[in-house]
Amino acid sequence: MIDPPYPLFYTFNFYLFGVIALASALAFVTRKSPVAAALWLVNVMFALAALYVMLDAHFIAAIQVLVYAGAIMVVFLFVIMLLNLGHPSEIADVRGKWGKAAAVVLGVILLAEIAVVSGASIEPEWIMPRGEMERLLAEKGAIGVVADPLFTNYLLAFELTSILLLIAIVGAVTLGRRPDAADAAVAPIGEGSINAG
Amino acid sequence: MLAEAMALSAALFTIGVVGVLIRRNAIIIFMCVELMLNAVNLSFVALSRYYGADGQVFVFFVMTVAAAEAAVGLAIIISIFRHRKSVNLQNINLLRG
Repeated sequence: MIDPPYPLFYTFNFYLFGVIALASALAFVTRKSPVAAALWLVNVMFALAALYVMLDAHFIAAIQVLVYAGAIMVVFLFVIMLLNLGHPSEIADVRGKWGKAAAVVLGVILLAEIAVVSGASIEPEWIMPRGEMERLLAEKGAIGVVADPLFTNYLLAFELTSILLLIAIVGAVTLGRRPDAADAAVAPIGEGSINAG
Repeated sequence: MLAEAMALSAALFTIGVVGVLIRRNAIIIFMCVELMLNAVNLSFVALSRYYGADGQVFVFFVMTVAAAEAAVGLAIIISIFRHRKSVNLQNINLLRG
């Protein structure tokens, strides 16, 4: 990112992608069809990836597109397709008048809380000197900036993440298979066309 | 641009919270949680511009946890759907199976 004052082109693009993200998020929560909602959420993620590039987080922008829009949202769409969530009883899912009123009140309270918290003062010595991020990017590259702290200060957390992913894989497989899957998976293959052929 | 990014992050987070509160479809609620995680990621990235690259490392961890959460959560939704033939939370309001 360029230090202030920002060029008009930069400011315009920042606001453009911000408005796209906000409008897509609003479209996402108001769509009745789960598939349309998922596609609007993908749009939010692409707009956020563009903002990450403008905020000098190039590697994060790349994995935002690859992991979030590419992997996680595909899993969501796959489950929506698998469960065939198109029929009317599933589509009419927005809560009634009181539910909406409570949600709007809570949303306004939350925004007010965030506005109050954002006024908190920040210690000036925490802020990097001006131009430090550009120097780091030029010295280490976009991936090195993330990889350097990840494999030094946060190495233990990184290793624990691999255990978390292993537990998640085992959990998803255990939860997702049918109770009688062990029998059902073997039987049809033995009786099928493989033996006949 | 820090103030604008933080304001956008707050607005996206609030949309996610309101979405969780007004919808009854379990998958949509789950996607709203993903939207909230994305909003937090945006504020991490915006702040990392000023406080150092540690924020980007946290975004990396948040994405990993989000991927694990999506895998396990969707497996839970699939197994609930097998029992109840529905993912509408109105039909799933008892703790007993």
